[in-house]
Amino acid sequence: MTEGAQQLATIETAAARPRGVITLALLLIVGLLMLGSLGVGPVRLSPLTVLGALFGGGGEVEQVIVQQIRLPRAILGLAIGAILGLSGAALQGLLRNPLASPSLFGAPQAAAFGAVLMIALGLADVRSYALPVAAILASFVSVFALLAVAGGNAGMLLLILAGLAISSLAGAATVLVMNLASNPYVALEIAFWMLGSLEDRSFHHVMLALPFIAIGALILFSQRHAFRALSLGEETAQSLGVDVGRLRLLVIIGVALGVGAGVAVTGTIGFIGLVAPHLMRPLVGHDPAKLLLPSALCGAALLLAADIAVRIIPSSSDIKVGVLTSLIGVPFFLYLIVRERRSLGGGMA
Amino acid sequence: MSESAFLLARGLGVELAGRAVLRDVSLTLAPKHLVALVGPNGAGKTTLLRALAGLLPSTGDITVGGAALTALSLRERALRFAYLPQGHVVHWPLPARDIVALGRYPHGATDPSRLGPIDDAAVRRAMLATDTVGLAERRVTELSGGERSRVALARVLAVEAPVLLADEPTASLDPRYQLDVMQYLRDAADSGTLVIVVTHDLGLAARFADSVLVLADGRLAAQGAPAEALTDTVLTKVFRVSAYRAQHQSEAVIVPWDAA
Repeated sequence: MTEGAQQLATIETAAARPRGVITLALLLIVGLLMLGSLGVGPVRLSPLTVLGALFGGGGEVEQVIVQQIRLPRAILGLAIGAILGLSGAALQGLLRNPLASPSLFGAPQAAAFGAVLMIALGLADVRSYALPVAAILASFVSVFALLAVAGGNAGMLLLILAGLAISSLAGAATVLVMNLASNPYVALEIAFWMLGSLEDRSFHHVMLALPFIAIGALILFSQRHAFRALSLGEETAQSLGVDVGRLRLLVIIGVALGVGAGVAVTGTIGFIGLVAPHLMRPLVGHDPAKLLLPSALCGAALLLAADIAVRIIPSSSDIKVGVLTSLIGVPFFLYLIVRERRSLGGGMA
Repeated sequence: MSESAFLLARGLGVELAGRAVLRDVSLTLAPKHLVALVGPNGAGKTTLLRALAGLLPSTGDITVGGAALTALSLRERALRFAYLPQGHVVHWPLPARDIVALGRYPHGATDPSRLGPIDDAAVRRAMLATDTVGLAERRVTELSGGERSRVALARVLAVEAPVLLADEPTASLDPRYQLDVMQYLRDAADSGTLVIVVTHDLGLAARFADSVLVLADGRLAAQGAPAEALTDTVLTKVFRVSAYRAQHQSEAVIVPWDAA
């Protein structure tokens, strides 16, 4: 009896410690990347200069560069990276499926369509909420449709096929809007939305996106323990008192709010939601509840790093950060498919 | 509330995809009993368990501990029924202890790494009762079928609900594990739980159960003590087998022998 009790006690502490250390390490990395993001650009600033300028010290030029030009960009990188990582982890928890992620479900593509439609209709301007609201509604519809089509106990194959269909549809709809747009300026603007970038963002953009992202993140995070119960399947989770239907709706709303608002100000940035939880699982374990916070931090770090990279990589014209994340994310996705090949093959049989 | 009736069903019916899977099932079940639910494949055994736990919509009345099932919230139901489905599916490689701790979810202990003393004690009791303490750290995906079934059983025991519903907990286990699992359920019944266990093993049912419910084509074909419910007529009509019967250590032995 006592031996058993001791065994149980040691297990708890052994599991809790590394997770805390890893969270702290991630916070530190994110902090350093924030500093890096504030320092990197046409004018390179040292971390000390950045810190000084951030809190009102140093020259006026540095203050303007850091506070007004780079800070909104860094905040958006942090917030959007985090919500993408969190959304990916939440969707994977909800569907108990390691291939789930907002971008594979066509949520960003749908949000981009919503945003682009507003631009084409001339309803978008940086001070109005038409853009984020349209993007959020569009991504809500896409995730809702995907879960409705794939159903509760969807296998990977079904999810991927349904996601492919929805993102293709959203992509086609976006191209149609571009196609029909009479004004060439609008077409250019739309093309930009499909690439995804954090360049030249102001605090207006932060104000447009951040409240929705924060609410979406809170909703997703508040459901973390239900994801753990869902590890036993929907029926068993229900027998433990989890309202699975309500949970699903909350996750769709949380993901739509976060991803929709993010896309509305940066365009589509893909694959962070897929990659972040996978990077975190070997470090913090597979518990879907304990995975949410590390995935959010990892997502933030990934996007901040990618956004620093596009500023450092020498090129004749600007590389968009959304292009970079896809370039890295798609091969990773292929690697996952290879790894899950057996269960995918089983799904087809 | 009399001791003799904790779980009552009257005129219970379930329709799935337009087909009547359960028809007019009436039950009166008491605590401290191990009830075996038997019947051929497709008789509606799993559906009956799910309906009793309120996991799917049904017609008729279900009363548990004096309260109508329909008047209970999801969580109140979860506190009254511990439900062990077939197959013991776990989608992520979680440590066995975390799985068992999920049994405390209905009690509000949603985080296995922060269990209060009462929940912790319940998890400990369940793991000791099923001899799974040594597995606590292991990931469930790495356990053998027998070990996994004991962890799954520990999870439902940890709920410490008055009613335990177990759907084929002995399926695909070796003889020793089958006996172990039935003994754990027997122990749970002896300590006050109403245990309803679905099984295809008439021998185990006769050996361990206080009473047997025979389900055939969505209706109750027979119920009562094992020897009363599993008569030759029932075996022939419902299961289409004849059986070898004997007594061993004052327990009934029933072994299906020939196709009838």
